[in-house]
Amino acid sequence: MKRGWFLPIVATLGFGFLYAPIVSLIVFSFNESRLVTVWGGFSTRWYGELLNDGQMLAAAWISLKVATIAATLATVIGTLAAFVLTRFGKFRGKLLMTGMITAPLVMPEVITGLSLLLLFVSMEMLLGWPAGRGLTTVVIAHATFCAAYVAVIAQSRLRDMDESLEEAARDLGAGPVRVFFDITLPVITPALISGWLLAFTLSLDDLVVASFVSGPGASTLPMVIFSKVRLGVSPDVNALATIIIVIVAVAVTIAGVLLMRQSKTAR
Amino acid sequence: MSALDAPPQASLLRPVLMGLAGLVAVALIGWLALPANIAVLLTSLVAVALACLAFTRFMGWSDRWMVIAIPLVWFVTFFLVPFFVLGRISLSEVAIAIPPYTSLWERAPDGTLEIIASFDNYLFLLSDSLYVSAYLSSIKIAAISTVLALLLGYPIAYYIARSPEPRRSILLLMVILPFWTSFLLRVYAWIGFLRRDGVINNILSWLGVIDEPLVMMQTDFAVYIGIVYTYLPFMILPLYATLVKLDDALLEAASDLGATPTVTFLTVTLPLSLPGIIAGSMLVFIPAIGEYVIPTLLGGPDTLMIGRVLWDEFFSSRDWPVASAVAIVMLILVVVPIMWLQAVQNRQEKNA
Repeated sequence: MKRGWFLPIVATLGFGFLYAPIVSLIVFSFNESRLVTVWGGFSTRWYGELLNDGQMLAAAWISLKVATIAATLATVIGTLAAFVLTRFGKFRGKLLMTGMITAPLVMPEVITGLSLLLLFVSMEMLLGWPAGRGLTTVVIAHATFCAAYVAVIAQSRLRDMDESLEEAARDLGAGPVRVFFDITLPVITPALISGWLLAFTLSLDDLVVASFVSGPGASTLPMVIFSKVRLGVSPDVNALATIIIVIVAVAVTIAGVLLMRQSKTAR
Repeated sequence: MSALDAPPQASLLRPVLMGLAGLVAVALIGWLALPANIAVLLTSLVAVALACLAFTRFMGWSDRWMVIAIPLVWFVTFFLVPFFVLGRISLSEVAIAIPPYTSLWERAPDGTLEIIASFDNYLFLLSDSLYVSAYLSSIKIAAISTVLALLLGYPIAYYIARSPEPRRSILLLMVILPFWTSFLLRVYAWIGFLRRDGVINNILSWLGVIDEPLVMMQTDFAVYIGIVYTYLPFMILPLYATLVKLDDALLEAASDLGATPTVTFLTVTLPLSLPGIIAGSMLVFIPAIGEYVIPTLLGGPDTLMIGRVLWDEFFSSRDWPVASAVAIVMLILVVVPIMWLQAVQNRQEKNA
């Protein structure tokens, strides 16, 4: 097929559109001036200010804790859901389960946040648990929508996987639990790692759901950033963004290499 | 070898012992390293799972249901049940209490149970033009953004799908990469771009294209940009997935039969990529309807979106019942697109 000029130009523009704001974010984080858009010379001053911002650091620590626990929970639940949907054939509730792992992916966050908050409040009135809102409620909320993402990733990996391996193990007398832990789990591990990483970043990133279900003393990092950003641009947010982007770029590259190696060995 | 020697029937003792060991391990790690409330949560989750396992084994049921039950119960409890709670609270009235709404049941003096439920909140939504126009304006903004994302995303997805490896994988990774960085910070980045003294105005006036800075912040235009920007990967990925499966032989056949590239595109490529177009559009349209962060940070005071109305109703007015009614109506709006998305995905699974 003849290659036209149209596609490369649009693709270049598209990638420029995707990356230009990120690049400018990084560039202006090294700006001396407080005015984010006027260049005042190179400086790492805002990184220093970030390290002295106690509220920001406390929020970052809370977010890291929440993200680690929520991503781990989400990976367990999501993997089980994906396994059940791909390996168990037909069962009652299958359609319901398929719906419940698709819907959270697109559900507007304000609905998820508000409905979970009302659930927690009602549960507290009926059962006395969870007592108040804070870390626990944010973890549950994040684990729920992250599990849906993990389930989608794990599902596509489980479907691509060569099922004859599992059959062979079963023919040799291994029980279902043993087949899962000795055959299935090692094969899908790279997908689960990238699922965990995705869940981790989604949890770290969430503002809306956390704002609804969080309580006093459990402000996550996005909540603190949002309250700062609402008042206008500030260079220390740029510095924070740069740090996050660097960490994410490294993590995604590792995950990408893992997945690529995985798909090569799978073929 | 050992697998052959193992007794085929499920034994009760081993899994229970392993489970107990797991419980102790989780409890130990939990209490030592995690905040107390999280440790309680994890320990009770494992304990509940263990109790269920012991019960199913004791009753002689298959373990299959046990495995199904864990994710099913979790999603039903924390995804499905909340919608019923939402519906229930949308029928109560706001009250000065903790929590700030009236109860649905009341015990009358003669001991009978009275149900107090009213559709007043929904009637209120209909009577106040603010809500109706917020819904309509949300749908309009989401639809325009979806079309813009499709127009930009389709050529990019097509270009990636037609690229040779390894460039294809690298470009794909480049599309996904921004999606992994903070959504909030990517929206924030556009403030620096669109402001009166922002990057775009600086470059344009330096080039001499404009004398007066363009007003871009706090307009609907900025909201469109923000939505297209943050949701573009969701559009590109499903499009790419259908386009990469496109059989070259079909395109060759069309051109051998004399079709021009435009005709080939319209009659072969476009129809075959329809599932990707629908999936991508729904993945942008549905969450964009309820978007809160983008209109708040980039839009102006007159940018009316229902997510913002719900947020203000909840956080500023503290009217939980009306906020719930707003959410229920929004839920009804997005249910049809969600079911459409699911139908498309199911059909693709069957074809795969």
